[in-house]
Amino acid sequence: MSRNTKISIRELTKVFYKKKQSVTAIENISLDVEEGEFVCIVGPSGCGKTTLLRILAGLENQSSGRFKIERSNEDRPNQSMVFQERGILPWLTVEENVAFGLNMRHLPKTYVKERTNYFLRKVGLVKFANMYPKELSGGMKQRVSIARAFANDPEILLMDEPFGALDEQNRYILQEELLSIWSETKKTVLFITHSIDEALYLSDRVLLMSAQPGKMAAEIKIDLPRPRKLEDIRSNPEMASKFLDIWQHLQTEVQGSRL
Amino acid sequence: MKDLKNPIETEKQEWRKQQNQQRLKTWLTIFSPICLLLIWQFLSQSGLIDARFFPPPTAIISTFIDLLTSGELFDHINISLFRIFAGFLLGVIPGIILGLCMGLYAPIRHFLSPLIMALMPIPTLALLPIILIIFGIGEVSKVVTIAGSVFFPVVINTVAGVISIDSIYLDVAKNYGAGRKDFFLKIALPGSLPVMLEGIQMGQAIALLTIVAAEMMGAQSGIGYMIWTSYSAFLLKEMFVGLILISFFGYIFSLLLRALQRKLLPWR
Repeated sequence: MSRNTKISIRELTKVFYKKKQSVTAIENISLDVEEGEFVCIVGPSGCGKTTLLRILAGLENQSSGRFKIERSNEDRPNQSMVFQERGILPWLTVEENVAFGLNMRHLPKTYVKERTNYFLRKVGLVKFANMYPKELSGGMKQRVSIARAFANDPEILLMDEPFGALDEQNRYILQEELLSIWSETKKTVLFITHSIDEALYLSDRVLLMSAQPGKMAAEIKIDLPRPRKLEDIRSNPEMASKFLDIWQHLQTEVQGSRL
Repeated sequence: MKDLKNPIETEKQEWRKQQNQQRLKTWLTIFSPICLLLIWQFLSQSGLIDARFFPPPTAIISTFIDLLTSGELFDHINISLFRIFAGFLLGVIPGIILGLCMGLYAPIRHFLSPLIMALMPIPTLALLPIILIIFGIGEVSKVVTIAGSVFFPVVINTVAGVISIDSIYLDVAKNYGAGRKDFFLKIALPGSLPVMLEGIQMGQAIALLTIVAAEMMGAQSGIGYMIWTSYSAFLLKEMFVGLILISFFGYIFSLLLRALQRKLLPWR
């Protein structure tokens, strides 16, 4: 193996138990993500993608199995999450939101300021630094969320359908911006999405999950050179066939869960 | 069909129309109390209502001025305001602290909420005899009475405020490693503040209701005492001065709290 494994997950299972009924959300998930890799997880709704991410994010405990995130630096936080929507705090300004992780770690003020400004500039929100989230559009809010995660400089980034609530136009713009920041920092990213286009455009590898219980079904490598353009994906026949593969997998999964 | 030539001119007129409507609304708001006073004055002077029970506003105003110049009124206002402020703070501050603790820690909440639910329906005024026995007939007993009535809406709204914080914000705090103190100051306090302030606003209104009744029952000074003694002596003009003062202070306190709300919640 030429690269280092950054995230290793072994036989991770999560069961939800309520009123004498148990539902297995994810079952025996094992996977490795390499350092600097951008991995998308695609699967039908309710397949436990979010549960998997929440376990890695420390927001939920697994029922069995284990996972490990390789640390490169003791001062770095393990992971930071970009939430679906409503993930930024309405009572903090844009700047305070971006600085949130750094402030929670009580880092020196000048360092926080400098780093916050850098990422505000990266996402084009310098002019909005002192505004409250209520004054921002959906796309701008997700930019704040992304800037907050990158500013925190974690070992890995977890993203839970960050662009799911955006309109198509905005989604493309934010995907492009995300790739540009990512290519600079080379963070390891685990990204959940519903959108096949999004997965093909962003990732090095797409993992397909099956539903109830959520398991890893297949993986598809996307070895297009970077920087990528959306047009390249759309006009590439190989990508078109990969799109169809994933589409068919999702179709059968959805059909299967209906029976 | 009307031909609209100049688009800017058209919109300008539209804008002026809206401005005029805004002005009208402001005037209506100011006009309603004046209107009431005018009708009252007319009815009272023309003898349609008995001027002994409803003295005309002009007579009440001149009584007000007399009482002011004699200095007697100032003493009543001072002592009442002192009791309101002291009782308000004594009720609000423990209410907020206990409310935050109950909201954040479920065991405390489950332990204390039956007590609060059971004590809340008892009017503090009904407890006044007991309060007088414990705290004596001095200022402390009045302040405690007000504090007791202010405490409940504040504590209940603060708990509701903390519980109503969207769970995603708790996830964000946890994910970004917020410690206990940061969680309290950066998430729980600001997140519960809007609902908490509604409770404080309610507490303010209850404080005024309570002070008047408490001073009627067990005091030798204050606006409530003045209302009661004037009524007993059939000095209805003096009584009305007292009633109007209470309504005036209630209005001013509401305005002050609204201003505070805007100041504390710029993000709303």
